[in-house]
Amino acid sequence: MLRRTAVEKPADASDEREQSLIARIRNGESSLFAALVKPYERRVYVAALALLRNEADAQDVAQEAILKAFTHLRQFRAESRFSTWLIQITVNEARMRRRRQHSELFEPIADVQNEEGAYTPREFADWREIPSEALERSEIRALLAKALGSLAQKYREVFLLRDVEHVSIEETAQVLDISVASVKTRLLRARLMLRDILAPMLADGWFSRTPFQKGNKPW
Amino acid sequence: MVVECAQVWLEISNYLEDEVSPELRASIEAHLRECRHCTAVLDGTRNVIHLYGDDRLLELPAGFTTRWQSRLAEYVPSPRGTAFGWLIAVAALALISGSFALARLKSPSLSALRSYHAQPATRIPSGMMVEASVNGKTFHVPGCRFLHEHGKGKVRLVAAAEAIREGYVPCVRCLREYLNR
Repeated sequence: MLRRTAVEKPADASDEREQSLIARIRNGESSLFAALVKPYERRVYVAALALLRNEADAQDVAQEAILKAFTHLRQFRAESRFSTWLIQITVNEARMRRRRQHSELFEPIADVQNEEGAYTPREFADWREIPSEALERSEIRALLAKALGSLAQKYREVFLLRDVEHVSIEETAQVLDISVASVKTRLLRARLMLRDILAPMLADGWFSRTPFQKGNKPW
Repeated sequence: MVVECAQVWLEISNYLEDEVSPELRASIEAHLRECRHCTAVLDGTRNVIHLYGDDRLLELPAGFTTRWQSRLAEYVPSPRGTAFGWLIAVAALALISGSFALARLKSPSLSALRSYHAQPATRIPSGMMVEASVNGKTFHVPGCRFLHEHGKGKVRLVAAAEAIREGYVPCVRCLREYLNR
């Protein structure tokens, strides 16, 4: 079955460390805030990128979210994890920026099927093995990024949080303010849509094809 | 229980997340043995999760950490002190510098590196707070999962300079951006 990273598991030691850091920051040791945020900086950036689809905007929003978390740390209640609270701030900031930019007008019209209905896979190409070095190739990374960019926002944000950043389904629901059932439905659709897009291109030994270039002998 | 293709597609995520009942799992697996289409859908979905779950796919933009930390530093209030406080601070600094100089005379080199295969830390800001386990060899950014995954005794939060003095070496994963290139 799927292997998840340690980030997803409730780690008591890590939670205790966070609580202690938060207490010290609230008592005046503000310089420790960077250490509190550092483990989640990637998650903050990816959450912003999921909504904005633009690196420069995502970086801006990520910075704004971190600063906002710092200035509002006293409002953080330990009812949720610090990381969940931080990502919620990021998502809200990104949504506000989207509204200002009217980004909804430029969303892909990929979501032609109703979310309530069952998704029917369109491709049945036999795509079995992935060599571990596949991601070293920039054309593969570009292909995956393009496929992800073609998903409608509601699928992209769930997929990025869950499958790219390994946030738990419950936390994803909390951060996006939707139900757990919606997260599961959108996640299933996102995965199947991405498979439909990628399988025809990556199946049947695509990975083993080495592009013939000068000085690169194919034998 | 016999399941059809449509039901297998509906449950593929739950199946991969190990969130189906043993009966449904057995039925899906029986179906998969007979159905090439569903096997292809399952393999492909697993590949999607595998590929996108890899950290190499989406890397942080260069300088991202430095930029947000610099902006944050503008917001962090700098401690203000009285003249007496400054006097105490200067005296303490002189005392500390003296003891360092004395210690250096007695033992001119740093502790030996705890790991012979590691890269010594040279570019890490000395005031940066890091975590190191008592019996470990490396120090980490607080919260680095590679520290907690391999738990090696009690973890301490110390300044990078102190960790380096004690012979710890930087984690090549969480402190990659500070290592020599």
